[in-house]
Amino acid sequence: MSSVLLSLLNVFGILIAVIALAAGLTFAERRLLALWQDRYGPNRVGPFGLLQVVADMIKLLTKEDWVPPLADRPVFVVAPTVLIVTILLSFAIVPVAPGIGVADLNVGLLFFLAMSSMGVYSLVLGGWSSNSKYSLLGGLRAAAQMFSYEVFMGLSLLGVVLLAGSFSLLDIVVAQTGLWYCVPQVIGLAIFVIAGLAETHRLPFDLPEADGELVAGYHSEYSGMKFAMFYVGEYLGIILISALIVTFFFGGWNGPFLPPIVWFLLKTFLFIGGFILVRASLPRPRYDQLMALGWKVLFPLALLNLIATGGITLALAR
Amino acid sequence: MLSALGSVWEVLKHTFRRRVTVQYPDEKPYLPPRFRGRIILSRDPDGAERCVACYLCAVACPVDCIALQATEDEHGRRYPEFFRINFSRCILCGWCEEACPTYAIQLTPDFEFGEYERQNLVYEKEDLLISGTGKYPDYNFYRVAGLAVGGKDKGEAENEEPPVDVRSLMP
Repeated sequence: MSSVLLSLLNVFGILIAVIALAAGLTFAERRLLALWQDRYGPNRVGPFGLLQVVADMIKLLTKEDWVPPLADRPVFVVAPTVLIVTILLSFAIVPVAPGIGVADLNVGLLFFLAMSSMGVYSLVLGGWSSNSKYSLLGGLRAAAQMFSYEVFMGLSLLGVVLLAGSFSLLDIVVAQTGLWYCVPQVIGLAIFVIAGLAETHRLPFDLPEADGELVAGYHSEYSGMKFAMFYVGEYLGIILISALIVTFFFGGWNGPFLPPIVWFLLKTFLFIGGFILVRASLPRPRYDQLMALGWKVLFPLALLNLIATGGITLALAR
Repeated sequence: MLSALGSVWEVLKHTFRRRVTVQYPDEKPYLPPRFRGRIILSRDPDGAERCVACYLCAVACPVDCIALQATEDEHGRRYPEFFRINFSRCILCGWCEEACPTYAIQLTPDFEFGEYERQNLVYEKEDLLISGTGKYPDYNFYRVAGLAVGGKDKGEAENEEPPVDVRSLMP
């Protein structure tokens, strides 16, 4: 009985924490971007502008929830939920600290890759069902981008799997007790970070959204809470990718002195900040440039990394 | 790739830069003395209206936001019967101030006159008139002008030469 209660506590605790964090990030990102652009950002509502999140939420909830007349209504309504659901499901496999975590799947890493591929459906379907040229172009780009990064994202993680000898994220974290994989897998780390940027559709790889060219890309036609779901989905994605970078390459909860959960959160927040910093500094490439980078540079690099890791692991195992 | 990392580093250095935002309502910006803001009508040192209702400001106004009607008092002094500035049109260009021969119309360093209703932006003479002299404390048009008004003939004012008899200048 108590184990059921504990796992329920885990499930809802992580769910609420992650969604609250994503909502808070909308504010944190604006403050950080402002900091790096020598501005203040939203600092009027509440202390330090902290209640801006609440104000935004009230605004989004009271907005008209509009569906364009020629849109494919059921798909249009379902598309944003797909994004949220796939990302929230991915959080199930993240081991936050010993004993904190929803599920320890023995195919955890593959589960994450599967869910991240599913998430793209949300963008493509949202872009398609809006019946707007900009949305369609955004969805098209989302599909093109997905083809170019999913492959090397999977390959970049296989080095970690080789070293840890397991697909389970818990095992991967435990295997990093001595040495974090950011040292032997530095190439894998770099490739995964780039793939993560593309996965979360963040600048510099926000091609499906591309405010400068496509109005707002795949979610041009969305408003109210449906838009908010895409928006929160983006931030959930950032948290997920940051948490996974920490899990795969920076030893998860491992670290001296502080309790494990503090280490995990500390590292995760560091990478979330990194994501925002990258957004603040880099411009968006053309989408053929992204695909060229993916297929001609990062894909071979990920393969070479995998082969080298495999060879060295094999040689050391003898 | 390296240049991308370089630009990330450059942006990160901005963490410790001073922020350029002036947080306006809490922190007022510096307004130079010649700032062109809300328009006022000033009075001469004696406390009388400076405006002589010559219409030059209304003519100079590029957006036609000044409306007035001239009239005369019992001494033959011209003054505006009404003087109306529509600030919802006014672009604060300052041409009225430049055109004014009596320093009556002046722009002040005040820009905080927002209203919730458009009609409230139409200022009448009593809204525009101030009790002071504005930027020119000692100037009194009727003391220097070559114009006869009640109690003063032409050429009798301070700094005023007696009028020239133009017919005596003939060759």
